[in-house]
Amino acid sequence: MSAATLISGLLAVEVPYWASAIIKLGVVALVVPTAALVLGYVFLLKMMSFMQSRLGPMEAGPYGTLQLLADGLKFIQKEDIFPEKADRAVFALAPLVVLVSTFLIYVVIPTGPDAVVAQLDVGIFYALAVSSLSVVGILMAGWASANKYALMGGLRAAGQLIAYELPLVLAVMGVVIQAGTLDLQKIVAAQANGEIFGWGGIGNPFILTQFVGFFIFLVAVQAETTQPPFDMPVAESEIVGGYQVEYTGFRFLFFFMGEFGTAFAFAALAAVLFLGGWALPWGDLTHWGFNIAGPAIMLVKVLAVSALIFWFRFTYPRLREDQLQRLAWKFLIPLSLVNIVVTGIFKVVL
Amino acid sequence: MIAEHVAFGIIAAVMVASALRVVTTRDIVHAALYLVIVLAGVAALFLLVGAEFTGITQVLIYIGAVIVLFLFGIMLTRSDFDQDEETDHKRKFPAILTALLLLAVMIGALVDRFGDMELDAAPQTTAEVSDELFSQYIVPFEAVSVLLLAALIGAIVIARREEGG
Repeated sequence: MSAATLISGLLAVEVPYWASAIIKLGVVALVVPTAALVLGYVFLLKMMSFMQSRLGPMEAGPYGTLQLLADGLKFIQKEDIFPEKADRAVFALAPLVVLVSTFLIYVVIPTGPDAVVAQLDVGIFYALAVSSLSVVGILMAGWASANKYALMGGLRAAGQLIAYELPLVLAVMGVVIQAGTLDLQKIVAAQANGEIFGWGGIGNPFILTQFVGFFIFLVAVQAETTQPPFDMPVAESEIVGGYQVEYTGFRFLFFFMGEFGTAFAFAALAAVLFLGGWALPWGDLTHWGFNIAGPAIMLVKVLAVSALIFWFRFTYPRLREDQLQRLAWKFLIPLSLVNIVVTGIFKVVL
Repeated sequence: MIAEHVAFGIIAAVMVASALRVVTTRDIVHAALYLVIVLAGVAALFLLVGAEFTGITQVLIYIGAVIVLFLFGIMLTRSDFDQDEETDHKRKFPAILTALLLLAVMIGALVDRFGDMELDAAPQTTAEVSDELFSQYIVPFEAVSVLLLAALIGAIVIARREEGG
């Protein structure tokens, strides 16, 4: 258990199994809200404002840095309202299912040679599988609200998430074929130790050979996190917020954290799969110092990918439902299949 | 080993309770959601015997896709929130009889085949699974692929005919 050795190393004491499990839980429970706050502040509040020639929040804290914390406090104080005809148990559970799905992705994301909650042999496959659980939560929310707009939002979300899960998984296949493993740590190592025609100066980040996969992955992530231009499930001008319409207070906050926490997790997966993850191509990958430097390196790459995601978000207008389905089934899926075939041929030939 | 037996007991109890609720609940959406718990339990059991790849596939296919299609279909066709008509329990005795017969057949087959077999304790890696799949089991694997392709084409043909084109 490599993460346990890291915890023991940092605290300079022998840590029993149950304590290390609690520490790992605590780390994940801290990272998800922090990730949501960082993305929400840097991109949603500030970058969007600057792109639209305005300042954004400036009052709460220096340059409005505490705005989202203030918003969060406001949400927690609000009354916990259930619609009269709502299916109460399902209504209450739905945001939790979405949030748990987000938390589970973070378990496998590596940020250093030992700094990972669990290193799984099926790494990336696990991450994609648990991320698909959020659809169940969204459908539960849409159904249990007993509201026609919520139901329409839930159905739109299900149709969209099923359609874009395929290009998401198929885009990752190219990387998996090239690295020859599903294990995220080994994918990082394959990129850091890789060579471009015998030249190992910058390793071999898979974005160079899998740029088609990177493009498909980013588009699919945009749709999976229901960000504009793929936000028909929550389109406020058509169905007044979709499956979120009846939610208030901290339950709404859960959906918010789920959305931005998942965006951050997918950006981290993109950084690991295509940009070399926590490693730099110079130096010994097993060196202990990477446990400290790795998270910082990861954060830079994650913010770079997030900037791309949010740039698309602020730039393009919303797609229509038929345009969305056509893009997935007639363009992205065939393109990713071609990408897999070409990658397979090169893997055999080279 | 004790911990694994305890874990198995807890998971099995939760699965049996949820499976009973699937068939006794009056709300069809609740039935589908209880089915999620049962299928998650199956995934947990796979993980418990070290079949990581199979367990994760169970989550991706059954919870991520099959249940979502169930819920999608239910919500698309029955959007009545005041449910006066309840799920039909009229044929419950033939249903119970069929279930018991199926249970007897499966117990018989499983005990006959795996009765005294000791499972390999070491977790099976994905590479090992794919090696076996593409060497020893290549013919059944390809047969299943062709079967699924036929089902896919059949579904498209039926759907197109109903369009009345």
